Amino acid sequence: MSHAWRPLIVLAGALVFALVARHFLVPPDFTTGERGFMYSYHRASSPGEWKEFKVKYQGKEYCGECHDEKYESNMKSKHALIQCENCHGPAIDHPEDPEKLTIDMSRAQCIRCHALLPYPTSQRADIKGINPSEHNVDEQCADCHDPHEPDLE
Amino acid sequence: MKLTRRDLLITFVKGAALSALPMSAYKILSPSEVHAALKESNIRWGFIVDTDKCVGCGFCVKACKLENEVPYDVEVSRTWVERYIIMKDGRTMIDTPHAGRDGFTTQSVRGADVNPKNIAKAFFVPKLCNQCENPPCVQVCPVGATYQTPEGVVLVDRSWCIGCGYCIMSCPYGARFFHPVHKVAEKCTFCYHRLVKGMKTACVDACPFGARQVGNLKDQNDPVTKQVLTQRVAVLKDSFGTKPQVYYIGLDENVR
Repeated sequence: MSHAWRPLIVLAGALVFALVARHFLVPPDFTTGERGFMYSYHRASSPGEWKEFKVKYQGKEYCGECHDEKYESNMKSKHALIQCENCHGPAIDHPEDPEKLTIDMSRAQCIRCHALLPYPTSQRADIKGINPSEHNVDEQCADCHDPHEPDLE
Repeated sequence: MKLTRRDLLITFVKGAALSALPMSAYKILSPSEVHAALKESNIRWGFIVDTDKCVGCGFCVKACKLENEVPYDVEVSRTWVERYIIMKDGRTMIDTPHAGRDGFTTQSVRGADVNPKNIAKAFFVPKLCNQCENPPCVQVCPVGATYQTPEGVVLVDRSWCIGCGYCIMSCPYGARFFHPVHKVAEKCTFCYHRLVKGMKTACVDACPFGARQVGNLKDQNDPVTKQVLTQRVAVLKDSFGTKPQVYYIGLDENVR
């Protein structure tokens, strides 16, 4: 056997080893989709795993199924466009789990919109607002203003 | 060997038949063509961000973080809201405190006072993964841990990602980050788990002002598709050729 063949045999051995290793290490369900190898080479079970991800926010209609009085009065108010869960926290599997939701009554929650930012070219300027560092600094907004049916009196 | 006229003619016919064959029979089909021939998805999720409607409340960021189990008090987020303030003297100020999670509650920008009288224009721009048609983050993944689903959503396979960070570097929009708990690349999934159940994304549901909308771009009757087709929309960094599927209404030239 000539000397030239020996390194070639070593290379061939390395190639065989790499292919065998690849066969055992790569999950068998690797696949491609519509977009070919460049964009959709993936484990076929991965999208299914993402689909199983737990939904936490259930939406306003879900809350209205039981809390219909609160729901209906709120839907007539200026805060109708705000989701219950934006303040009451994600329902997840409420009422089973969690049994009680934590309500965010903080000033921080209200001034997300109602801290006055008089910006031209932004609808933020149209929302009635206060200067949080001057307007009744130590009080809870909800002590005077009902968040479900807000009015300014 | 003696060649008869009959043999010669037969050889000619065989030769002509063989030379015609390779054009069609030997064509190698790409996996995408095979897949398209079998079945093509009739869903392509797209997104509209109406910057005119955004008031910077940050409910979208809060909802996203809680829905998708993104650590709440760590400075990472799948979606974020930027504030742009363009002064009359031409200066531009941009900030996104805690990714906009707690909203924008003060007129000062990063501690510096801003006199509203000197503002030429100021507005909020929500951002998220653009779910590009040609996602550079997917191209660079060395292990096949990130991919585009048939519905056009780019996902990360958490059990297969090695955390090399190439995708985080390659995203022109800065939409990817390292998940501090799972130790893998993390990004917006368009709330894939909600869309497949017929729900909207958590950020869309949480937005009180309709500044965010999600819809099926392959459905001509979808409100999102109608707006993309009939209104003046723009995408971010069009020149990169990534073909973003998040369309912006009222985008300003200062937005990057």
